[in-house]
Amino acid sequence: MTEPCEPLLRVENLTRRFPGVVALNDVSLAVAPGEVHVLLGENGAGKSTLIKILAGVQPPSSGQMMLEGRPVSFASPREAKEAGVSTVFQELSLVPTLTVTENLFLGRLPTRGGLVTRRGLPALAKEALDRVGAEVRLDARVGSLPRSAQQLVEIAKGLMGSAKLLILDEPTASLGDRESDQLLALVKKLSAEGVSVIYITHRLKEIAQIGHRVTVLRDGNYVGGLGPDDEIHDNNRLVELMTGRKPEKLYPRSPRSTGEERLVLQELHAAPDVNGVTMEFRAGEIVGIAGLLGSGKSSVGQACFGLSRVTGGKVVIDGTEVTRITPTMALRRGLVYYPSDRKRQGLALVRPMYANITLGSLGPAGVARFGMVNRRKEQATARAHVKRVNIRPGDVNRRAELFSGGNQQKAVLARGLLHDADIHIFDEPTVGIDVNAKADVYRVMDDLAQAGKAVVLISSDLPEILGMSDRVYVMHDGRVAAHLEGEAITEGSVLASFFGSKTNDREIKV
Amino acid sequence: MSADIVAGTAQTTAGGLHSRLFNRLLEFGLLPVLLVVMVVVFAVAEPRFLAMDNLENIGRQSVYLLLITMAQMLVLLCAELDLSVGATVALVSVITALTMSSVAGGGTSAIILGVAAGLGVGLLVGLVNGVVVAYLKVPSFMVTLGTTSVATGAALLLSNGAPVTGIPLAFSDTWGTGVFLGLPVPIIVAVLVAVAVYVVLYWTTLGRNIYAVGGNADAAKVAGIRVNWVLISAFLLCSGLTALSGILLTARVASGEATLGTSFVLLSIAAAVLGGTSLFGGEGRLGLVILGVVFIGVLSNGMNLLRVSSYVQQLVIGVVLISAVALDRLRARR
Repeated sequence: MTEPCEPLLRVENLTRRFPGVVALNDVSLAVAPGEVHVLLGENGAGKSTLIKILAGVQPPSSGQMMLEGRPVSFASPREAKEAGVSTVFQELSLVPTLTVTENLFLGRLPTRGGLVTRRGLPALAKEALDRVGAEVRLDARVGSLPRSAQQLVEIAKGLMGSAKLLILDEPTASLGDRESDQLLALVKKLSAEGVSVIYITHRLKEIAQIGHRVTVLRDGNYVGGLGPDDEIHDNNRLVELMTGRKPEKLYPRSPRSTGEERLVLQELHAAPDVNGVTMEFRAGEIVGIAGLLGSGKSSVGQACFGLSRVTGGKVVIDGTEVTRITPTMALRRGLVYYPSDRKRQGLALVRPMYANITLGSLGPAGVARFGMVNRRKEQATARAHVKRVNIRPGDVNRRAELFSGGNQQKAVLARGLLHDADIHIFDEPTVGIDVNAKADVYRVMDDLAQAGKAVVLISSDLPEILGMSDRVYVMHDGRVAAHLEGEAITEGSVLASFFGSKTNDREIKV
Repeated sequence: MSADIVAGTAQTTAGGLHSRLFNRLLEFGLLPVLLVVMVVVFAVAEPRFLAMDNLENIGRQSVYLLLITMAQMLVLLCAELDLSVGATVALVSVITALTMSSVAGGGTSAIILGVAAGLGVGLLVGLVNGVVVAYLKVPSFMVTLGTTSVATGAALLLSNGAPVTGIPLAFSDTWGTGVFLGLPVPIIVAVLVAVAVYVVLYWTTLGRNIYAVGGNADAAKVAGIRVNWVLISAFLLCSGLTALSGILLTARVASGEATLGTSFVLLSIAAAVLGGTSLFGGEGRLGLVILGVVFIGVLSNGMNLLRVSSYVQQLVIGVVLISAVALDRLRARR
């Protein structure tokens, strides 16, 4: 790694534009053979766009790629793979109803005389699985395997043939501690075998464990990198590069006064992964719920809003227990839930912006009476809220799909505000949006808390949890692993509880 | 070298203009253009086409399809599909005629009871479609295919496969061939219904919710809309309008027929999609859908005048439908 050698992959001035946004702007990087190159950046920084281009999923708007010194352009993932670039996305590309072997050879089962022949497949499959250390039955249906095993199968599939470059998109995001360590060991082993790896992660400590070089992206731009000569695990430097601004500027904190209990959860059990959670949320405070993917934090919010089935325990809103919750009923009781996936649960993309803002809130917003809509008032209301949450451009008749992610997110926000509710649950409100849109979202949350609303912030984004919350519940494995308040809310204390280790000295008894 | 560049630039501009024009067409639809072209072609080929009584003919013939297409549109906007409209027309026709002919005297009370029975059975079909789609999450394509078979079977069973006669003369004279203020009664009914559908779609919460559910059912649910109720309402409105069309058609042919209306399934979807209604839900304008019905009406009338065989007509309609759907896909991909 120390001697200068011809990079395996060289990317020059890569740019990708989408309507209304530049997702990737003039980014260059080089990956040496056997190097583990960590790609770092907040959600929406352009990491996904970059790897989609490298993987042949999307073409770049401009710029070029060189593989082993030769210019390449991939029209499809298949072409990329044939050239030796294999990508494992977060959404795995396995077919759950097929067996492990069938998945490994998906689309390239050997045939003889036009018929599929299975001779020799088990041996090949075994070899591929052994390489990644996956202990799974060859004839097991992939859907029946745990997530970590599926991930290994996917990596094994990616390495079949002659992969020179493996791209891993947050491979440990949904894995436990032990499984993560296994995966990191695998990455090290592959690197030693000469396979280059582009590794995306949000876990800074993994960089020190496996990384040779770090590239940081922000808002689609290359903002800096650390090489082998630098202190590669200089976390402060990396965080500064990623966020690009001083934390106190991004996270507003008006004086708040905590009031009465608005929402109380008692030993709540909910599908699929909440196993007995007790929490309380008061007027005038922002309470963070932190935890890794699969910790159950999102299901808590969804259960309160009737999107996940409550299987035990109580949900109490303003002193009254609510059962058989539906979104319609929750809204009527003054509880708004802002979904994490704005494309799937937030917006009707083909509909104009004004209709998305008043979606389901025509009555509460006072623009419909007895089922008849006052269209002039509707437009006026939509315009006012577009201004309030700062949606740009402010043309309410444009289709929602033509707005950038950040502005779409703000539309979901605007709709919730129409309800004038007392409890606001935000589920990953800033995923995939740029820093300025984030600032707008945080400002709205701060305004709500200041106005005496109970605000719940469910998030995987650690800086956001640290910056916004008055109190934090950290969840692990469907339970509350820690309850932190004030000074006790630190990166260390939250991170420690992510993996279930109780931080007793910092834990506060409710 | 420089010539190459110049040629290249010229080509890009031409390409740009071409694609801009193409996008415009995709936005407003090719429909108005095609309609004008078609009218001109028919007018030139057959002078009788533009005669006043032929135009009135087109109107009279299109009324039934118009009602059913608006019905179909309501369901399509929810990203669903109703294949049972044809069978519903048949069943409604048979039930209406049977009820009317079985009421002694055959006066106004027979007409009212017959219409009520027809509407009732139509709404029942819609209720079954809606409830099964909404609560059991069965694809509407499958459910309505099932109710198609049930309704067709029931209509044939009840009528023994023969036309049901004995309808009061007053019924067919008024609602079938009647004229009020110089306009055929069925046309007046269709215009009133079109106004009502317009109001529902654009000025009521229900209409908004229909668009929202079709645009993104998950988002609609999270926004607090009772998605199941909206779906059931849409299927009920669809079957109600279809039943109305079936009743008017029964008056027109002066008998109950179990074979009535089979062509409406294909034609209503074709007309709605031709008018820019998206098969993926959430998109569609009533004005353009009405134009889609006019298009189909003019097309079949013109072909009739030119003595195009009905076999060829069927072939042409199929080509038109596939072209309309292909255009819908192109628009979705954009």
